Amino acid sequence: MARGRTRWWWKRETRSVTVTQVTRSLEDSEERPNMAMELNGGSVIAMVGKNCVAIASDLRLGNQALTVATNFEKIFPVSEQLYIGLCGLATDVETLRERFRFLVNMYTIKESRAISPQAFAHLVSSTLYEKRFGPYFIEPVIAGLEPITTTPTDGSAPTTEFRPFIAGADVIGCLNFAKDFIVTGTASDKLFGVAEGLWEPDLGPEDLFETISQTLLNAVDRDAYSGWGAVVHVITPDKVVSRTLKARMD
Amino acid sequence: MNSFATRFDSHHHDDDQSDAAWGSQAGFGNLGDGSHAFNVPAVPDPTAFLRLHTDDHADPNCRIKIQHGTTTLAFRFQGGVIVAVDSRATAGSYVASGTVKKVIEINPYLLGTMAGGAADCQYWETYLGIQCRLHELRNRERISVAAASKYLSNLVYSYKGMGLSMGTMICGWDKTGPAVFYVDSDGTRLKGDMFSVGSGSTFAYGVLDQGYRWDLTDEEAQELGRRSIYAAGHRDAFSGNTCNLYHVKEDGWKFIGNYDISKMHYEGPGDVPGAPGGGYGYDVRTKGRFSVLETEVVA
Repeated sequence: MARGRTRWWWKRETRSVTVTQVTRSLEDSEERPNMAMELNGGSVIAMVGKNCVAIASDLRLGNQALTVATNFEKIFPVSEQLYIGLCGLATDVETLRERFRFLVNMYTIKESRAISPQAFAHLVSSTLYEKRFGPYFIEPVIAGLEPITTTPTDGSAPTTEFRPFIAGADVIGCLNFAKDFIVTGTASDKLFGVAEGLWEPDLGPEDLFETISQTLLNAVDRDAYSGWGAVVHVITPDKVVSRTLKARMD
Repeated sequence: MNSFATRFDSHHHDDDQSDAAWGSQAGFGNLGDGSHAFNVPAVPDPTAFLRLHTDDHADPNCRIKIQHGTTTLAFRFQGGVIVAVDSRATAGSYVASGTVKKVIEINPYLLGTMAGGAADCQYWETYLGIQCRLHELRNRERISVAAASKYLSNLVYSYKGMGLSMGTMICGWDKTGPAVFYVDSDGTRLKGDMFSVGSGSTFAYGVLDQGYRWDLTDEEAQELGRRSIYAAGHRDAFSGNTCNLYHVKEDGWKFIGNYDISKMHYEGPGDVPGAPGGGYGYDVRTKGRFSVLETEVVA
């Protein structure tokens, strides 16, 4: 009986070693770049405007060169004025979407208030770092409006203002709070180039929509693994406008 | 001092280049007297050296990038030969160009397609054009497609192992009628009715097999070529942008048109004979036939 049990433990040891090897084959190495980040393709971008933010993604889901689906959304609402874009390995997009939904629900219940973009960014960061030695192959983008409530000293009613907030992170949760734009995905280098050329400060919601749409559309046309449709969400203090764009389908 | 310097100068003789290289031989002067004279790297094993710097599987970084993704097709039918290709060139995931000419016009009766190394295909198919013209002058007769393709296959076979990369279809019309030959850099040469080459070839074959008959009309055949390239452009990440369509008949080849693949998805190829009207895209064809509501698309 005891001997049988010992053998069972041996088996488990062996199995965990195999798991490590599978993970390693997906990871970065000197000779082979990280294939997990390019397996399914896709790109996300977020931009700051005047009293508004925008976040946009493509719609491709692929298996290397094969385009499997053209309706794969990568951006999800966290709260009314806070969105997260999950870019990278598709299976981890699904996993992390559910994980963040759970964590945000727990936070909301415990704190009896909505999560702020700032707090959510740090929640995302620690969730990713928790898997430091076997990471989720996701580079997230966060975009939202941070509510700033000021209570006047004269006793009149408190007023709420909204400050645009965007953030990005690498696969193990290093946060990047940019003041202009955040890009991730297989077209990230192309997105950087176009965004650097088109973005300007203090764009209104309509101009920001045009800028982020043109940036995304033109960048993914130069990337083989991104494109096949696009969605854009423009977040303003009183509404979120979500649009599906007519994009190249090749 | 001069004699000392010349001892270290063994690889830099301009003299061994024929005078023809300076003439107007369309850049083929190095092949002057018929024997090929390419510079070979001055290393013990030139083949291994070349493979080390060009093969993607060995080393994805620091290498000469070769164009791989492509869709090309050609098929024979009652009315001649249809040749259709995409126009995308990629270097890794980067779309380097969307306006590549992948059909090489060898002469008014012969077309070659381009897959694999763009330079290899372009150079050797142009060279094949020269040899075909010489054959014509020597024999007072146009070269057969079989002979032309065999010339190319024998030529690339003589470079086997040196890193040439090409998958091509030599298409034309000769005494025997319409003809299509597949030739690749391994030395394979196949005669057949229908071929498709490149990363998107499986998608093209799918549409091609489904719609192919020998007695296709000219319009139907042209439409089948376009539709097949569209399918490959849509599904294959490394194919796309536009489709170039050629039709070879008894009196030589004719360029039919250039079609934007995304435009074909949404609107179809335009007002051309053989087109059913409307876009090719699955979601475009089935729009309004679902029970679930669709999201609105902003132009």
